[in-house]
Amino acid sequence: MWTPLWIVLGLVLLVVFYFWSLYNGLVSLKTSIEEAWSQIDVQLKRRADLIPNLVETIKGYAKHEKTVFSDVTKARSAMMGARSMESKAAASDMLTAALGKLIAIAEAYPQLKANENFVQLQKELSDTEDKVAYSRQYYNNLIRDYNEKIRTFPNTFFNESLGFKEKEYFQALKGERKSVKVNFS
Amino acid sequence: MSIHSQIQGNITKTYIIMSAFVVFVVLVAYVLGVSLGYGTSFMWIAVLFSVVSSFVSYYWGDKMVLAMSGAKPANRKQNFDFYTVAENLAIAAGLPKPKLYVIDDTAMNAFATGRDPAHAVICATTGILVKLERRELEGVIAHELSHIKNFDTRLMAVVAVLVGTVAFLADMFMRSLWWGGRRDRDEDRGVGQIMLVVGIALAIITPIVATLIQLAVSRRREFLADASAADLTRYPEGLARALEKLTGDREVLEAATNATAHLYVVNPFKGKQFAAWFSGLFNTHPPIAERIKILRAI
Repeated sequence: MWTPLWIVLGLVLLVVFYFWSLYNGLVSLKTSIEEAWSQIDVQLKRRADLIPNLVETIKGYAKHEKTVFSDVTKARSAMMGARSMESKAAASDMLTAALGKLIAIAEAYPQLKANENFVQLQKELSDTEDKVAYSRQYYNNLIRDYNEKIRTFPNTFFNESLGFKEKEYFQALKGERKSVKVNFS
Repeated sequence: MSIHSQIQGNITKTYIIMSAFVVFVVLVAYVLGVSLGYGTSFMWIAVLFSVVSSFVSYYWGDKMVLAMSGAKPANRKQNFDFYTVAENLAIAAGLPKPKLYVIDDTAMNAFATGRDPAHAVICATTGILVKLERRELEGVIAHELSHIKNFDTRLMAVVAVLVGTVAFLADMFMRSLWWGGRRDRDEDRGVGQIMLVVGIALAIITPIVATLIQLAVSRRREFLADASAADLTRYPEGLARALEKLTGDREVLEAATNATAHLYVVNPFKGKQFAAWFSGLFNTHPPIAERIKILRAI
């Protein structure tokens, strides 16, 4: 008598559990994305913090390279002022380009290149550039997973109503290392 | 095939090997027990023994390995590239930064251990830290971090203990033959004799099979870690060049033993010893040339 009822009840529970775990999966992925985003922020700030020291050190040897200094300073304040993801990505790329020029002029000053402080700062700077690139890569990987999940059945049915929307990648204008296609067996 | 499905496939295959291994251990213990006339008690001892030693290796394996290799903690100032590269790759992989150790040895090598990413350790020799460029070191650390991320470090600790258990059981069996530990009665003498022959055969092949299984896990692991490292750094050439430099290094790492050889990024025994011949026979690592070829094809 009761068997069909139990089967139906079991199936309902199964379906509820299934959707509950799908929902939880999306929520935890969203949390990871937020954490990854704040990681990018931390690294961008870290880089911005290194710049005044670096500029001061270079100024001691190459006073007249004024345009390069002002470019870096401008790019840095644009970076600090940026709020949205797009403007941050754009400002970050501008700053990378300006810093590239700054380091390039330093090449022309052998005394500067021998300065211990400068050598240390340059190491810290290129390490921070790596950190920015890697935190961005991690963030974009998460976005890819998240968007993939949202687009697939059966998430497509309820993601809109529960507020899961596809997210934007943190774009690099150029020079980003491409994801590698691995084919090995 | 994408790298993600490849990782999934390899993890599944590794688990299948693991399960087969456990079944094998218990089966061997059972056969040994019956052939000795102890019934199934041997099997239960084997199960108990492997569980206890797994437990120990699970929680203290990393510390034991570090103590065996004589490693010291790394610091950011002295090992700037090692420290920051590990930090960066941990960010890229979304893992906590592993604890870092340095072995004071001019031979070039590195290994990872620890039961999960939160308790992970990466250890490098001063030789590898000095001789590799930053991008090359990045490849090596990414390789080690992939072992951590794929839970290879846990798997290998457990496999090492299982192999040890089998060797221990086989050893015990051979000793008990010497000392006449067999207590069969007249009525089941025929069965006992057959089981004895099977038992001796197993006692001989068991350590060999166990080692081979360990190597099967190990070789696949290396290819997988190389591929994951390439995915992490987006620069397969870095690891390929590092491996090239490692091939050129003929120095033997003194801190490595047979028990820890499979942990390292390249086989620590190269050169002229008996150990080199032995590890060539049971190679814990696929040939470096093959690994470089695959990395360059990515």
